[in-house]
Amino acid sequence: MHRFLLAVLRRDLTLAARRRGDWLIAQFFFVMVASLFPLGVGPEPEMLARIGPGVLWVAATLASLLSLSRLFADDHHDGSLEHMVLSPEPTVLLVLGKSLAHWLIYGIPLLLIAPVLGIQFNLSWEAIWVLEISLLLGTPILSLLGGVGAALTLGLRGGGVLLTLLILPLYVPALIFGAGAVDGVMAGTGAEAHLSLLGAFLVLSLMIAPWIAAAALRVSLE
Amino acid sequence: MNLYTYASPANFYVLAGKLVPWFAWGTGIFTVWGLYIAFFLAPTDFQQSEAYRIIFIHVPAAWMSMFIYLVMAFWGAIGLAFNTRLSFMMARALAPTGAIFTFIALWTGAWWGKPMWGAWWVWDARLTSELILLFLYVGIIALWAAIDDIKRGDRAGSLLTLIGAINVPIIYFSVKWWNTLHQGASVSLTKAPSMAATMLQGMLVLAIAAWLYTITVALIRVRRIILERERQTEWVKALLEKET
Repeated sequence: MHRFLLAVLRRDLTLAARRRGDWLIAQFFFVMVASLFPLGVGPEPEMLARIGPGVLWVAATLASLLSLSRLFADDHHDGSLEHMVLSPEPTVLLVLGKSLAHWLIYGIPLLLIAPVLGIQFNLSWEAIWVLEISLLLGTPILSLLGGVGAALTLGLRGGGVLLTLLILPLYVPALIFGAGAVDGVMAGTGAEAHLSLLGAFLVLSLMIAPWIAAAALRVSLE
Repeated sequence: MNLYTYASPANFYVLAGKLVPWFAWGTGIFTVWGLYIAFFLAPTDFQQSEAYRIIFIHVPAAWMSMFIYLVMAFWGAIGLAFNTRLSFMMARALAPTGAIFTFIALWTGAWWGKPMWGAWWVWDARLTSELILLFLYVGIIALWAAIDDIKRGDRAGSLLTLIGAINVPIIYFSVKWWNTLHQGASVSLTKAPSMAATMLQGMLVLAIAAWLYTITVALIRVRRIILERERQTEWVKALLEKET
């Protein structure tokens, strides 16, 4: 069973490695959105430090949505998705593998870029460290829940915009706890409570999202 | 009597047609009764003066906005589990009413917030979650609108409703999770309500009115949906010939 999961992972990672432009776009989008905020609200270091965690988290959710609309679309286009769903292996593992691959391709580079943007936003080292932990716990949630949206909107007209409309409300708890953790450490109240809730939300998403996404995928392919 | 008979759209169409007038009358009676209590019997609040009367609309609307979402999730789950067409039609018939009640709850909340808090809108947990509930309703309706295939649309919308249903408990418990500006819930099942008995009575009567209203319009809407989807069948043709 885990051999199938590994095969899906390896396949998606190989495809991503051969098409570097695709996933680099999402990373540059993340950097650009975050860089637009100081231009919009002014360069005062105190204010940037105040809004920094929230801005970086919002930019991360938007960047994930940008790449998620392609999660199943390419395989759907050339017909390989139907073959994978028809195979005797469980669809849940297919969805889980694709969501994990999405997180490895988009989430890990985001974790590497975030500290640089954190410095730009005048965050303290402690805050950057908590931001990294919150993104490490939070970005898999975005990939998992996004998988549901990508499966529901597969092959629809204007699927990308619709995906944003459907999935952003579901991202809200991750955004609140993720940005709240960094705010908490900056305000001196500690980040443990927020990080624990974020971890709980991750476990909940991991338990529910792949099943709903697999059901949605079967509905969309009927 | 076998209740499963009414899982068939053709039978339910007739039953719903008979039920609509009863629920419509019930809505009218409870609305007038509730508004009479709200505006003539309920005493003026000692702290909030007359402006508090907005809660007679606000609280039932907020309750219904959450309750309708759960009912939609229930019908969606039944439809997905037992593959019954009527369940999906019920879910679709309920969604617009739920969205409207959510909007009313937000709007009246803003009217109440201006004199009480001095602000139309605060980013408090309950207001924010209610706004997210509105987004969820809009997302589900948009997903239904985007999918032309009825069967796929039904299932996709129900799956989205189910995963969004996790949000409804978060709305309710947000008061305890984040301690912010919004006052805690005044009505609770475990302790005596912290408001006058007439106020509570008016609010409950109007909540029943909102509930009956929801049933009335959902039944009217589900009858339209049944006709639209079953238009190729013999019974709809016979029915239309009889009516015209």
